[in-house]
Amino acid sequence: MAQSTAVKKAWRTLLWLGVVFVVLTGTLAGGVLFSTATWTPKLGLDLEGGTQIILAPQTETGQTVTSEQLTQAVSIIRQRVDASGVSEAQISTQGGQNIVVSIPGIPDDQTLNRIESSAKLEFRAVLAASAAATASAAPSATPAAPLSDVPTVAPTNASDLNWITPALADQFANFDCSSAEARNRGQAPADKPMIACENGTAKYILGPVEVTGEMISTASSGMAQTQSGASNGQWVVNIVFNDVGTTKFGEVTTRLNGLTGNQNQFAIVLDGQVISAPTTNAAITDGKPQISGSFTQASAKTLADQLKFGALPIGFTVQSSDTISATLGGTQLLNGLIAGAIGLLLVVLYSLLQYRTLGLVTVASLVIAGLLTYLLVTLMSWRIDFRLSLAGVAGLIVAIGITADSFIVYFERIRDGLRDGRMLQSAVQVGWKRAFRTILASDAVNFLAATVLYILAVGNVRGFAFTLGLTTIVDVIVVVLFTHPLMTLLAETRFFSSGHRLSGLDPRALGAVYRGRAQFKEPASTTLSKGKRETATREAARRQTIAERKAAEANGQSPDAESPSASSKSASNGKNS
Amino acid sequence: MASFAQLGNDLYTGKRSVNIVGRRKLWYTIAIVLMLSAILLPQLRGGFQFGIEFRGGSEFTVSSVTDQNQTTASNAVLSVAPNSAPRVSTVGSTGVRVQTDTLASAQGNQVRDALATAYNVPATEVTVSTIGATWGADITGQAVRGLIVFLILAAVVMAIYFRTWKMSAAAMIALVHDLVLTAGFYGLTGFEITPAAVIGFLTILGYSLYDTVVVFDKIRENTADAALMSSRTFGETVNLATNQTLVRSINTSVVAALPIASILFIGAFALGAGTLRDISLALLIGIIVGTYSTIFLASPIYAQLRELEPKVRKQNSRVLADRARLSVDA
Repeated sequence: MAQSTAVKKAWRTLLWLGVVFVVLTGTLAGGVLFSTATWTPKLGLDLEGGTQIILAPQTETGQTVTSEQLTQAVSIIRQRVDASGVSEAQISTQGGQNIVVSIPGIPDDQTLNRIESSAKLEFRAVLAASAAATASAAPSATPAAPLSDVPTVAPTNASDLNWITPALADQFANFDCSSAEARNRGQAPADKPMIACENGTAKYILGPVEVTGEMISTASSGMAQTQSGASNGQWVVNIVFNDVGTTKFGEVTTRLNGLTGNQNQFAIVLDGQVISAPTTNAAITDGKPQISGSFTQASAKTLADQLKFGALPIGFTVQSSDTISATLGGTQLLNGLIAGAIGLLLVVLYSLLQYRTLGLVTVASLVIAGLLTYLLVTLMSWRIDFRLSLAGVAGLIVAIGITADSFIVYFERIRDGLRDGRMLQSAVQVGWKRAFRTILASDAVNFLAATVLYILAVGNVRGFAFTLGLTTIVDVIVVVLFTHPLMTLLAETRFFSSGHRLSGLDPRALGAVYRGRAQFKEPASTTLSKGKRETATREAARRQTIAERKAAEANGQSPDAESPSASSKSASNGKNS
Repeated sequence: MASFAQLGNDLYTGKRSVNIVGRRKLWYTIAIVLMLSAILLPQLRGGFQFGIEFRGGSEFTVSSVTDQNQTTASNAVLSVAPNSAPRVSTVGSTGVRVQTDTLASAQGNQVRDALATAYNVPATEVTVSTIGATWGADITGQAVRGLIVFLILAAVVMAIYFRTWKMSAAAMIALVHDLVLTAGFYGLTGFEITPAAVIGFLTILGYSLYDTVVVFDKIRENTADAALMSSRTFGETVNLATNQTLVRSINTSVVAALPIASILFIGAFALGAGTLRDISLALLIGIIVGTYSTIFLASPIYAQLRELEPKVRKQNSRVLADRARLSVDA
């Protein structure tokens, strides 16, 4: 028999499935070889063990933060977590209001405190500066006696070099900006000098805090203007202080303007990091300083945002904190996998029982769906740092049922086609048209639920929504690219098309009557007589015109309202779900 | 299972049929009685039991314990945090769980160490969760917002897909029924409502509608305009469609329930209370109730809504008149 178009199409579709697999596997393999991808998905903390802290940023006045501030807050928290030397930490926002910090292992009290403390913006006068790299050049011999850390002469102002005690000087000389300690200077007392780094490139000894972030009214970036008002093409950052800030900043710049060298500079410190250390060109008493330098549009905007952010110091309230031991995580993962395996096995058994050999199509489709999901989840954990949590595993297990339902809908439609007396090949094609619509509609609703959950949800719900949404898409892909072409091909085999007793598509068992070449036969066996009359009636009805049918109906060929008889639709559509 | 396939055939042809639409008053009464009891009975029991996530507090779980003595735990906790009101329970066969009032991070770590020492396990075996009192409220707030957005979107999507708001309305009523019953089950049995259970509730939304869409798609097919010419009343057409999808409904709910039941089994027996058990419990109830309500609530309600239409009413009276005439002729 020449291959029909349906069969050719089926092979082509299967080929596409192969292409999808090759592309996904290839991408992942490339990722593993040349990047940071792994062959297994990354696990969430509840499966791997670790700590998850959910923080709600709040301004000191108790307002919730804007999305801009949230982004700032995330970058501050990221800096803090990095500073604590924790690798593999994951920081993300959830629900537009919360920051989720996930840290493998158990953090010490210090790390916790640091993460939970509020972020502050401060202006400090620079006392000394040097390039960051010189730190490790000359490790000084450990002094025999502990160096004094009390100023010998009481400093008179914030720029007084008497702040630099021998101990501080020694610490400064040995200070390594790339060390974890260096990136962890958020909590320096406001009335003491401190050592801080800028981008790991320069380090400073800074005087006590003189101006705080709250004193800033606003900050913006823009082009510098010449006196004539024309733009000179240089990006600058403009700050506007409030009244207190104007006075304070005026005092600072008046003093610094008279000093030379590094002492002429002041440092803007955000959460212990110097974000800018401009020199003072004049005493600024109008409260509207302008910072110029080698800004790009982006860097000017960043600094302005940071300054604005500093005007509203953000505190972090701990919403929830979870520490899961690695043992418990491992147990949960194992049990989740066992639950999945049992669930899958039960589904397979039930399918085989219900659909005989056809159940194997379900099994094969579930295997394909499983592989595809595994590849996608692994790729996602590489590309978007998705972590599989216990709730996510639950989502995957729940998906087994929803995916299998697509096959059930499809199979039942095929069976309905057979009940209507169709040959298997045509029952498969007609059933597919009907089933696919239903599958698409129901999956759309499911996907909608998953998307809404994912966007709005917090905490565990997200992992669940993610896997549920992902598997809904996989379901559609598998049913289109695998189950349907497979059914088309199987319909060509003798085993299925002859309606073998074990095929699950036995037309006799389905109450249909075998229809030969355009010819309607009486069933041979008496054991098959069930439903014979109905089917025959239906077959006859199929050949009627609408007018005949209506007439027949009016004449009461179907006195029983529940009987199928001449339903006007049963002929043209191999229907049912 | 030939008999099951046989049942499918008979339901398809209408040889056998469950009179669902016709007995709608019965189903409505059952639904109303169930919903009222789901709302009222938990009140008598003292309302819902909320998990620690909603009350706020700290929870410590010690794994790999050799001796599950509960006083060991409360003594250890009280030695560090005297006013923390510890409640101790056992988890599985090797775990002990302590819930206390909310503790600060540092104090929480002290309790962790004290518990580890008391049970002679490394501190890494102790799981610590601290939840602020507002956290649960936040989750709930988000969940309720998600619920409303989802309901509106789903109603719109269904109304567009089925090209009638009546199917949307019927599906939504069935959905509310499912949620009320599932929540009622929690209230009645005193299972704690945890965020994981809330996830379960939210998933029921998706599943319940998913199930309804499959059945409604068939109803829509059977009740397409041509059906107005048929010899059945509208209700009977809907009834046939529902019957024709009955086998699928049963198969689907069994297939969906099996993995969830296995999670519930593993979650409840191997892990004790936790995410898996809470999600799967809500889901299992939701799936059973959702399948039931699609068949016995959504379909009759839709039929009834449509029967208010003059066109449908006319068709019904025509069919009934025909039948009356036939019986006279005979």
